[in-house]
Amino acid sequence: MKGPIVGFVGAARAAGIRVSVAESLDAVRTVDAVGYADRALLRDALSAVMAKSLDEKPLFERCFDLYFGREQLEPARLTARGAELPGQSSAALSALSTMLLGDDRGALAVAVERAANRAGASAIRSWTQTNMIARRVLDELGFAALAQDLERLRDEDAALAAALAEALEDLRAVVRARVERSLELSGPRRWDDDALAATTLWNLDPRDVARMRVLVRAMAKRLATRYGRDRRARRRGRLDVRRTLRRNMGHDGVPFVTVWKRKKIEKPRVVALCDVSGSVAAFAQLLLLFLHSLGEAISDLSAYAFSNRLIDVGEILRERPVDDAIAEVMRRIGLGSSDYGTALEDFARLGLSAVDRHTSVLILGDARSNDAPPRAEILKTVAERAKRVVWLNPEARSSWGTGDSEMLRYLPYCDVARRCSTLREMERTVAELFIVR
Amino acid sequence: MSDTGDAARAIEAVAGGLAGAGYIPTRRIATAVYLARELRKPILVEGPAGVGKTELAKAAARYLDLPLIRLQCYEGVDESKALYEWKYGKQLLYTQILKDGFREVFENADGLDGALRKLQSFDDVFFSEQFLEERPLLRALRQPDGAVLLIDEVDKSDEEFEAFLLEVLADYQVSVPELGTISALVPPLVILTSNSTRDLGDALKRRCLHLHIGYPDRALEERIVDARVPGVEPRLRALLVAFVHQLRTRDLKKLPSVSESIDWARTLLLLHAEELDTELVTETLNVLLKFHDDTSAVEHQIGALLAEARKTAAPA
Repeated sequence: MKGPIVGFVGAARAAGIRVSVAESLDAVRTVDAVGYADRALLRDALSAVMAKSLDEKPLFERCFDLYFGREQLEPARLTARGAELPGQSSAALSALSTMLLGDDRGALAVAVERAANRAGASAIRSWTQTNMIARRVLDELGFAALAQDLERLRDEDAALAAALAEALEDLRAVVRARVERSLELSGPRRWDDDALAATTLWNLDPRDVARMRVLVRAMAKRLATRYGRDRRARRRGRLDVRRTLRRNMGHDGVPFVTVWKRKKIEKPRVVALCDVSGSVAAFAQLLLLFLHSLGEAISDLSAYAFSNRLIDVGEILRERPVDDAIAEVMRRIGLGSSDYGTALEDFARLGLSAVDRHTSVLILGDARSNDAPPRAEILKTVAERAKRVVWLNPEARSSWGTGDSEMLRYLPYCDVARRCSTLREMERTVAELFIVR
Repeated sequence: MSDTGDAARAIEAVAGGLAGAGYIPTRRIATAVYLARELRKPILVEGPAGVGKTELAKAAARYLDLPLIRLQCYEGVDESKALYEWKYGKQLLYTQILKDGFREVFENADGLDGALRKLQSFDDVFFSEQFLEERPLLRALRQPDGAVLLIDEVDKSDEEFEAFLLEVLADYQVSVPELGTISALVPPLVILTSNSTRDLGDALKRRCLHLHIGYPDRALEERIVDARVPGVEPRLRALLVAFVHQLRTRDLKKLPSVSESIDWARTLLLLHAEELDTELVTETLNVLLKFHDDTSAVEHQIGALLAEARKTAAPA
């Protein structure tokens, strides 16, 4: 009884809609309340229970149509032609053949669905399995008996055999479509969020990027919330006894009006320099996304991106929706070979004036400069002006300074230099730097 | 399992009831209200300002003939504003009045110990329901026939408050330290609205049905305007709705919403307008657009917009 809805919850999860266990129970109760018969009603009802944001609504509708949609079965060609089933041979025909030649399309659709379930169509994971599983579904439907019928009819009744062969072709197409729909519903991959957060960003599978983005955004939101709480606590302040007494002199010292101590709220000002060259591109995209999402907490964020030249991307990140912005940054400057010396020169020209003693400078990159001069002295100037310089390097500490890595030359001017190769490390580092003080 | 026909009929009934209360719902909205009552779950309504999120709660209250209890959220709203507070003033006043009475009571107490014991027995007197100031959440739970509880603009409240709401939303009960847990006599129909100024937490969303109300299509908006401002001539109504729809295709700071359409229809009715022309629209544009930038951006295009609106409004 509960079968289809449980399967549908699984399909919705695979489509990227977050459905908790509690919500899937609600879905079952919803189906109990509204039933399966009215499709539009079921969709509206389940949409209210399962898709809880505007982003998820279109995903949900697509998934619903895929899951509850059925392949269109052509009306039987034989009946369309007005021919009659020959009485004597129909008794000898297999159930499937009778069904194909008859006009009960509903029964045929049910049979296809049952066969697909028995053949395990929903367990399909890759398109390479399509043919195999389609074959299995046909077998479950009773293909062997049908082939025998076909063989026998060729001699007895050629017209009927031709009709049956045509019907079989239709059936093949339907079964294939059914299996492909299962494939589409099974989703590209099943993810494990925790494992993903601990994966080195170097080795990030392009297929996981979309999922990673969701994680990054959740993380940024978490950080922004924590930061917000700190800020509010500061705003509340403590009673300033001295000024309270002073203010209430007129009331004979009875504290009618209270005065609170106020701390100045320090908002971190961050200048981020982000390497977007080919070697660290996947990493950089996520970092840009992260900085973009952190906008709530970090009021004053200037962002620069570089590979061999450096450009100001703060405006792009601010003005455009996030995916658009990242694509634009990558288009303008991304994927070249990195040259840290020139990038720093550009920065000295473009952004150095904005760096003062309240500014944290955040550099994200592997410091592999392709043997161009590192110009570490510019970083020294930056370090002298800034509150601190933080370098996040996706490489392990042991490989700093090997090959064309200039990390060791930059290291003296960094207040903090860290390896930061997984999402989890990234969260920890950013939390320490900008939130806990 | 109940019959689909029954559910469909029940939803029709909800739609009819809401329409009777002056709110023309889409089928999706009616379904959500039906489900909320069936599953006893709150509805979280999201959508742009002025599409009738709050109005839905009011109409539901009228339709179900239940009191509407409204909690307006804002930054810093907390338990004492939402749930309950002690009537401190009354407590103080009573102690003052009863002062003499206390003296008598304590006179025949033996020693400090006895007095203290007596005092402790009074404690509960002053923290009893008599001194409890009900705030919206508590009031909604204690309505004998149930209620429609509207938690308006929940996105404006702090995340802490959102977490506090969870107990109310999931179990229809609240914990008051001095009195214990208070469960709803009849679970109220809870409607939360949000303008999406921030993302609400997953925990909150999980406990609610989610309903997104967007701008309605032309036919529906015409019905809404008709229901709210009867007396506007059908041709004019079609034209004014078509014009508002034209405006919504423009890149404006604040798109005119359903409530603006209704206000505009009312304005036109007051002015005894029978036909829209450029001059009239220019004069009444401030009813539709609420930003000076928007007004000045649209002002010189009114002729073109009107022509376009006439084309779409004309019956095919």
